Amino acid sequence: MSRMRIVASIGVALASVGPAAAAEPPPPGAPAAAYAEECGSCHLAYPARLLPRASWDAVLDGLARHFGQDASVDAATLPLLRAHLDAGARQPRASDVRPDGSPILRITELPWFRHEHGRFDRDDAWQRPSIGSAANCGACHREADQGKFGEHGIRVPK
Amino acid sequence: MHTRTLLLLLLLLLGLIAGLATPAAARAQTPADQLRQYEAAARTEDPAWAGFSAARGERFFQATHGGDWSCATCHQRTPTAAGSHVVTRKPIQPLAPAANPQRFTRPDKTEKWFTRNCNDVLRRPCTAGEKGDVLAYLLALER
Repeated sequence: MSRMRIVASIGVALASVGPAAAAEPPPPGAPAAAYAEECGSCHLAYPARLLPRASWDAVLDGLARHFGQDASVDAATLPLLRAHLDAGARQPRASDVRPDGSPILRITELPWFRHEHGRFDRDDAWQRPSIGSAANCGACHREADQGKFGEHGIRVPK
Repeated sequence: MHTRTLLLLLLLLLGLIAGLATPAAARAQTPADQLRQYEAAARTEDPAWAGFSAARGERFFQATHGGDWSCATCHQRTPTAAGSHVVTRKPIQPLAPAANPQRFTRPDKTEKWFTRNCNDVLRRPCTAGEKGDVLAYLLALER
């Protein structure tokens, strides 16, 4: 190994045992990238506008038991997710909370969702193998992965 | 100051920057590197530990461990194939490195998913021995 490479290696070694890098603001785009990676692995990275901030905060506070699954993230990642969701959350409405005042956590339990999808509840369309779950937005909303849910992009599979 | 000394100082600084920009856990590795790390941890866990077993890893992977799900529930009984999340139906790329070279190349990512998925399937963390058995099984699979 040349002398120069040795010196550079010493630099790497010093950095790896030194104090943790000082807390710097995350680079632009880091919250969105973290959200896509952490939340978009198991389900659609649901657009932040689908829930109000109080609901997102409650979801993030319970990631270790996330609707029956462990979706925990490390301490450095959680603030990125919160930044992304808080920035895009929709304006709260009175109907976003349960009678006891606690936030509704499931998008599919919100009154607007129930209203828009009522006919699929009635004929139990969610159970079709081609759909499987109300969490599977993309089964019918063909542009859901781009955050688009408009009428023209809907095709309900048999 | 001597030019050569300045150059060496500059290299030292560059090395420092490179080291800071890449947290140890995020550095790319090979699946074999990760298996060696599990081997070291397995020896610490159990002094009588006698090596990983792909056959034991396969049984572990396919078993439900007293709950509803196994690893195979989402990753397929043949994990060279693509799977899907059992609840949300989100597609999951193949888990076996032979079919998906990106698997087991980021130790932080590997640990994150073992933490989550072991809790979901076994309701407890997996041991290093169990993780290594599963990785040995996955590495033995061919396309």
